[in-house]
Amino acid sequence: MTTNTRETPQGDMVRFGLFTVVILAMPIWLMPFGAAYPDLMQKFAIYGLFAIGFNILFGLTGYLSFGHAAFLGVGSYTAVWSFKLLGMNPIPALLLAVVMSGAFAWLIGFISLRRTGIYFSILTLAFAQMSYNLAYSVLTPITNGETGLRVLNSDPRVLDHMMGAGEVDGPLVTNLFGMEMSGLPGFYFCAVWLLIGMYISFRIFRSPFGLMLRAIKTNQTRLNYTGISTRPYAQTAFVISGMYAGLAGALLCVTDPLAGAERMQWTASGEVVLMTILGGAGTLLGPMLGAGIIKYSENIFSAFNEQALHEIFAFLPDGIEAAVVSVAGLFVGEGWHLTLGLLFMLIVIFLPGGVIEGGQRISAAVTRLRGGGSGGSSTQPQPAE
Amino acid sequence: MGILQVQNVNKSFGGLKALNNVNLDITEGTVHAVIGPNGAGKSTLLNVCVGRLAPDTGTVLFGGKTLTGRAPHEINQMGVARVFQTPEIFTDLSLLDNVMIPTLAVRDGAFKVNAWGRVDGRAEIRDRAEAILENVGLGDKRHHHSGNLSRGDKRRLELAMCLVQKPKLVLLDEPTAGMSRHDTNATIDLLARMKEEHGVTKIIIEHDMHVVFSLADRVTVMAQGTPIVEGTPNEIKGDSRVQEAYLGGAHL
Ligand SMILES: Nc1ncnc2c1ncn2[C@@H]1O[C@H](COP(=O)(O)OP(=O)(O)OP(=O)(O)O)[C@@H](O)[C@H]1O
Ligand SMILES: [Mg+2]
Repeated sequence: MTTNTRETPQGDMVRFGLFTVVILAMPIWLMPFGAAYPDLMQKFAIYGLFAIGFNILFGLTGYLSFGHAAFLGVGSYTAVWSFKLLGMNPIPALLLAVVMSGAFAWLIGFISLRRTGIYFSILTLAFAQMSYNLAYSVLTPITNGETGLRVLNSDPRVLDHMMGAGEVDGPLVTNLFGMEMSGLPGFYFCAVWLLIGMYISFRIFRSPFGLMLRAIKTNQTRLNYTGISTRPYAQTAFVISGMYAGLAGALLCVTDPLAGAERMQWTASGEVVLMTILGGAGTLLGPMLGAGIIKYSENIFSAFNEQALHEIFAFLPDGIEAAVVSVAGLFVGEGWHLTLGLLFMLIVIFLPGGVIEGGQRISAAVTRLRGGGSGGSSTQPQPAE
Repeated sequence: MGILQVQNVNKSFGGLKALNNVNLDITEGTVHAVIGPNGAGKSTLLNVCVGRLAPDTGTVLFGGKTLTGRAPHEINQMGVARVFQTPEIFTDLSLLDNVMIPTLAVRDGAFKVNAWGRVDGRAEIRDRAEAILENVGLGDKRHHHSGNLSRGDKRRLELAMCLVQKPKLVLLDEPTAGMSRHDTNATIDLLARMKEEHGVTKIIIEHDMHVVFSLADRVTVMAQGTPIVEGTPNEIKGDSRVQEAYLGGAHL
């Protein structure tokens, strides 16, 4: 690719329109994949949002944060506190979560962005681990430690009581003016936020602000000598991505009003990095795709157990079957992270630009073949998708 | 009083004195060439001017205001642009984006979150960027990736990125190094035109005497961190100290 013509606004509207249709129709087209149930689709939407926000920092500026799970956690805790104090309406919870995580991101970004490259990554990782440990120790009055923070019937929930909806039998579920945010409505609620987040991402990518962020990734020196102060730009990108993470964290609690510190662990920070790189860092659609692929695979691989494996490999002779099952067993259930690691290694080695780049290579190859096969056929094997 | 004044500047790297009590006064609207053998301290002098290096002692004044101690982006916003010895461009971006960035930096200042408009939304900004690319002869490549350009083209692109800002002072570190004779002449023409159109002051570091004699109003010769001679190109040509500095008397 030597040329890159700029995307037109009309082209972007079409692309965003298609994206909207695909997201809203998920309950239909995911059915053949066995993934059309609300819990999983909520996860697609929420982690997609998380990755889209992360991509604004990492994909555009190249600053690799290893601490974004901290903002996810802050968003979750804020949301649950909003449920406890104000009531089960998700809107104030989301707004407060975005504000809190934004403020928290501002602070962490302010300190971490004094360094670049690996030192920046380590600083963010250190902050996230500190937050995780604090949530388990000093901050237990706020986080409820290992048990996790949940909403109780005895909580004030001022707005609920004001509206006469304070007394509830059974478990407390978030509701948007009477509509319970679980099941399919819960998914559509998350999907709307995903679409808003995606739209903002489109705008940022095409804006002068987005161009400056890309320039930071390419050549900070040149940018400085061009009259641009790079720190505030990187800081703003950091805060924006922190707010996306906070929103995602809050949505996790909207669909299941429980916040635990494990959400802030470094593995969760690493996961969003994987999603973004897997799909294609710096592309608009890649992070959503990466989030979908990882959450889908997690769902499949972690569901397998020894029993299921024995059934699958039952056709093999006994001795071999036992061996195969014990090896395969390492990659499923609890061991699904091993599969994830392998998948990630393959992508980074063979497709550093992620799935989106893979798609582009295939479509380029197809165009070349159609165009009369000039310049010899590609030796690249077509990856199965 | 000149537009740029370098006053008693010293800079050492370890034991090496790269700049030794340098004084320089650049008159507004002129093209001032700085020549000298490798390692004479020419690039170091420019680095001190744009805030890349802090001088050990001494000050640099631009239009009466001190530049020493200011950040590079502030110095640029004051109207000083710099072309580096090894081209510094945004290699991941298209040529057009490369020149859009300095154009936006002039319009929006050092920091402005403009996240809702489109980069190419304002015609006058895009027209200005396209015009300058046309001007340096890169117009038909504007959608190419700048990382794939030849070294000479990268240099011209960097020049365009500086000129599009309409700076008051441009510092050029070997703007024609690595260019063919043809491209060198094109660059000389471009620089000469820029002078006539905008009266921009320029400091040019150059090894190519053809460029120096075509463009310069005044020439400073540096050797071992110190300016040894200053004068018009013709005065410099015959000076024996200059020939001394260049490898013991080889003719220019
Ligand atoms: N950042 C630095 N650290 C250490 N030494 C440096 C640094 N920059 C320059 N020097 C040294 O200072 C001296 C002057 O270097 P400078 O780059 O200014 O020379 P120059 O006149 O531009 O030479 P050339 O014509 O080769 O570009 C050289 O000996 C160089 O090695
Ligand atoms: Mg030099």
